Amino acid sequence: MSAPKINPVEPAVHTLPSQVVKDDEPILVAAAKAGDISAFETLVGRYERKIFRLAQNITQNREDAEDSMQESFLKAFEHLGEFQGNSRFYTWLVRIAVNQALMKLRKRRPNQVSLDDDIDTGEELIPRDVEDWGPSPEDRYEQSELSNILNTTISELDPSFRVVFQLRDIEELSTEETAEALGLSVPAVKSRLLRARLKLRQKLNRYFRRSENS
Amino acid sequence: MNCRSIVRELSNYLDEALDSTLKASIEKHLEHCEDCKVVVDTTKQTIQIYCNSEPAPLPEDTRQRLRDALKKRLRGVRV
Repeated sequence: MSAPKINPVEPAVHTLPSQVVKDDEPILVAAAKAGDISAFETLVGRYERKIFRLAQNITQNREDAEDSMQESFLKAFEHLGEFQGNSRFYTWLVRIAVNQALMKLRKRRPNQVSLDDDIDTGEELIPRDVEDWGPSPEDRYEQSELSNILNTTISELDPSFRVVFQLRDIEELSTEETAEALGLSVPAVKSRLLRARLKLRQKLNRYFRRSENS
Repeated sequence: MNCRSIVRELSNYLDEALDSTLKASIEKHLEHCEDCKVVVDTTKQTIQIYCNSEPAPLPEDTRQRLRDALKKRLRGVRV
C-alpha cells in the first residue's frame, strides 16, 4: 500500500474543540523529515494511544489493532518525505492508520459489507426514547466505567457507520477528509454520520437518561 | 419545518453547516417542540462525550512491541 496522497484542500473547521494538535508539531515533523528519529519517536508517543484506539474501533480485534498501529507508524516514517504540510500531520497519520486497519478488517472478514456499498437500512430516522439526560451525564460514571460504556456502545454499530463516526467526531477530520480517507462520497459520509450519531444517541440513552440515575 | 425535517438536518445544524435562514427556522421549531430540543441536545452530548473521551493508555506489552519495532526498523537495532 502506498501512503495516501496529501489533500491540498485545508480541512474545514470542525465545530468541536480540537485537543489534538500541539504548537510544536510542525517543528517535530520538520526534524523527523530531516532524519531526527527521536523527534519522530516523540510524535509516536504523542499519538500512539489515539491511533491504537482508532485501529481497535475499526478492527474490533486487539492483535489486528496492534499490527495496524505498528505498520502505520513505520509507513508514516518511510513516507514522511511525501508529507507536505498542507494538512495536519495527525490527519495524514490517521489516513494511513485507517488504510492499515481496513486492510486487516477485510482480510479477517472478507464477506462483510464493504464500506463503499450503498447502505439503505430502511430504518426510520425519527428517534425513539426522547428523554432528557441533564447536564454532563457522563460525570455520573467512573472513568473506567464510562470507557467501557463508550467502547461497548460504539462496537455495536455497523462498521461502515462506526468508522465514519470515528473519523468525524472522535478524530475530528472534516467531512471532505473523511470522504477521501474512506473512498466515499461526501453525501455518503453525511448520511452515515447522521445515522451513526442517532444510533449512538439511542444506545447511550439507556445509560444517561435522567430517570436511570436520579 | 416539521420534526422529520429537523432530524434530516440535525448533523448539518450541529456542525453549523446551514445557511442562516434554515438555521433560524430550525431554532424557531426548537422553541416550541420539546422532543426535538431533547433530540438535538442529547445528540450534541453524544458527540461531545465521545470527542472528549481520552484514549486508554497502551497495554504495556503492546507499547513495548511498538518500541521494539521502531527501534528495529528505524534505528536498525536488533531487539
